[in-house]
Amino acid sequence: MASTPTVADIGSDYNRRYGFHDPEEYFMRTPKGLSHEVVEAISLLKKEPEWMRVFRHKALDIFLAKPMPTWGDTARLATIDFDDITYYVRATEKQEKSWDDVPENVKRTFDRLGIPEAERKFLAGVSAQYESEVVYHSVKEELTKQGVIFLDMDSGLREHEEIVRRYFGTVIPSADNKFAALNSAVWSGGSFIYVPKNTEVAIPLQAYFRINAERMGQFERTLIIADEGAKVHYIEGCTAPVYSSSSLHSAVVELIAMKGARIRYTTIQNWSNNIYNLVTKRAVADEDAVVEWVDGNIGSGLTMKYPAVILKGERAHGEVLSIAFAGPGQHQDAGAKMIHLAPHTTSKITSKSISKGTGRSSYRGLVKIRNGAHGCKTSVQCDALLIGDAARTDTYPTMEIDEDQVSVEHEARVSKIGDEQLFYLRSRGLKDDQARLMIVNGFIEPFVKELPMEYAVELNRLIELEMEGSVG
Amino acid sequence: MNENARPVFSCHGVHVRIGEKEVVKGVDLAVLPGEVHAIMGPNGSGKSTLANSLMGHPAYALTGTVELAGEDVTALAPDEKARRGMFLAFQYPVAVPGVTVASFLRAAVSAVRGADVPVREFRKEMLARMEDLEMDPAFAGRYLNDGFSGGEKKRVEILQLLMLKPKFALLDETDSGLDIDALKVVAKGINAAASNDTGMVLVTHYQRLLNYVRPHVVHVFMDGRIVRSGGPELALELEERGYDWLEPAAVGGV
Ligand SMILES: Nc1ncnc2c1ncn2[C@@H]1O[C@H](COP(=O)(O)OP(=O)(O)O)[C@@H](O)[C@H]1O
Ligand SMILES: [Mg+2]
Repeated sequence: MASTPTVADIGSDYNRRYGFHDPEEYFMRTPKGLSHEVVEAISLLKKEPEWMRVFRHKALDIFLAKPMPTWGDTARLATIDFDDITYYVRATEKQEKSWDDVPENVKRTFDRLGIPEAERKFLAGVSAQYESEVVYHSVKEELTKQGVIFLDMDSGLREHEEIVRRYFGTVIPSADNKFAALNSAVWSGGSFIYVPKNTEVAIPLQAYFRINAERMGQFERTLIIADEGAKVHYIEGCTAPVYSSSSLHSAVVELIAMKGARIRYTTIQNWSNNIYNLVTKRAVADEDAVVEWVDGNIGSGLTMKYPAVILKGERAHGEVLSIAFAGPGQHQDAGAKMIHLAPHTTSKITSKSISKGTGRSSYRGLVKIRNGAHGCKTSVQCDALLIGDAARTDTYPTMEIDEDQVSVEHEARVSKIGDEQLFYLRSRGLKDDQARLMIVNGFIEPFVKELPMEYAVELNRLIELEMEGSVG
Repeated sequence: MNENARPVFSCHGVHVRIGEKEVVKGVDLAVLPGEVHAIMGPNGSGKSTLANSLMGHPAYALTGTVELAGEDVTALAPDEKARRGMFLAFQYPVAVPGVTVASFLRAAVSAVRGADVPVREFRKEMLARMEDLEMDPAFAGRYLNDGFSGGEKKRVEILQLLMLKPKFALLDETDSGLDIDALKVVAKGINAAASNDTGMVLVTHYQRLLNYVRPHVVHVFMDGRIVRSGGPELALELEERGYDWLEPAAVGGV
């Protein structure tokens, strides 16, 4: 690794400095590990504008300077080997893995969920691209008519540089946290959406319409802007397990809801268990805007994710509805942040978690009400369900309320599948595992009912798989 | 009812322990198809313990034998008993949040009938039974027993009885906490089940329900035992004189 240049040096003479004469050929994938050369190569390969290149290099310096988080699952975080990660692989290079390398349990789950062949290969990282062309094209035509921009982030930057430049990194600055800095340095893929004033996108926009390796990369970057009075629902991820041999998923998602706009962002995350899922998601809501995060975490070994809404304009409303399923060996550290900056803003956090076997779930939340933000209302509800004696759950709620005239509700509950509930259901002919599954499905129902039909069905089926063979 | 009919349900020498404590101390019962027995007894005498343990509650240790339709079901799990046609209407039905009455009922009906019932057919049947029980159809979409009033819970128990059509049902204080209109509706359901040949044991400590459901046999239950059995007139006598004159020590088992 070469010595780290200062940001001011970067960009003036990269050819002389790094000597990448033919990056297209040389950098089909960057070498393992993180350095300014790697960042430079990524930016060069993408033919990015100067400001983005500088942005990346600055972010890398921040990443290198920032210590690891001192909270959360620090023991597990310490096991991330940043030198052993490939930070950028071109989409076309992702095909080299063989179907035989995909773990048996992942294949079995594909079977059980009935995922079509072409999708399986993509989800398992065997093929680079899966496009459901027909759906995507009809959707795209409709969007174009409305003036809605829906692109992957790289294309967004190329085709709408002015908008991207204006908003990129404004909601989540690189210095926000170590992983946001990492993403800012090496991001690739993700979605870019702009919805014009008073425009309502009738159907949920799904990354799934056109999932490809770029879009569902390890370091994806998403920016959604809903102009005044606009309305959009975006869905990220899918219930099928996504297998990747690379261990770190560190995304950044920024949402901007202008006056009177509405954004709902739904995530179903089912990464395979070897993955650290460390994601920063934050929205800014102007006057009368509504932002809802609907966030489901089923997979990954360790998730740390706390979707946030900054309630900047009067009467803005923020909501986080989340479920986490922590199976044996998994740790789901999830939560929410609501920052009330303006009067009469309201927020609601509903967090549901299921821990099974040695699974562990944590709720970590922050509600902040600034002095002068009078008439605010917030309610936080955390429900944890434990299955088995080894399962664990913790809550770390933080309330920073600097204003008197507000209404704050907080409720936390931990439960187990009750013997009396089980007996009741079994006395109606349901077998033990059927009865347990019914109770668990009931527990997550408030979440499931917010999902589009096909996702709801898949999620229930997935929970069924996760519940298999559970005792206690 | 046929004099020669064989009991649809019987139990012999049933004892139940909760931990160290013996709560049920030797109970024998034999119920014919379509026959209604009433078990009446003071609070805390062990009626619910008997009913729950007969259904197979895992927390209670039952000894003795339990037969359903001529087969020994003593050691079977509650779901197995249910699938063979046994039913318990709970004194305190538990809530299962997030599970609608309709989806729960459909799962139960499918489990007990051994085949998935088509949605349309199922809905039709469910709505008809709900109408019989004067229930608002909106009930089907509510979460099972979640936030239900006492009376609503009891109606839902009877709805299940009518949908599952068991061979034998234990009804544990299905009459308590009901106003007179609700009581009549519940009685109507019980009578409908009886005319479908369901044998039943009604556990109650009021005579009230028996004004609308005429039992064939009345048992007085005290301190874990049946201390006396008789016809419907026994219920009236209990109403007038209370239980004190029937001290278990003085009377002995039946
Ligand atoms: N789960 C239990 N654990 C301990 N004691 C119990 C339990 N259930 C019932 N009992 C006791 O058993 C006795 C009979 O209770 P129960 O069967 O509920 O009476 P009844 O239904 O006739 O009012 C009471 O003394 C009660 O306290
Ligand atoms: Mg009782």
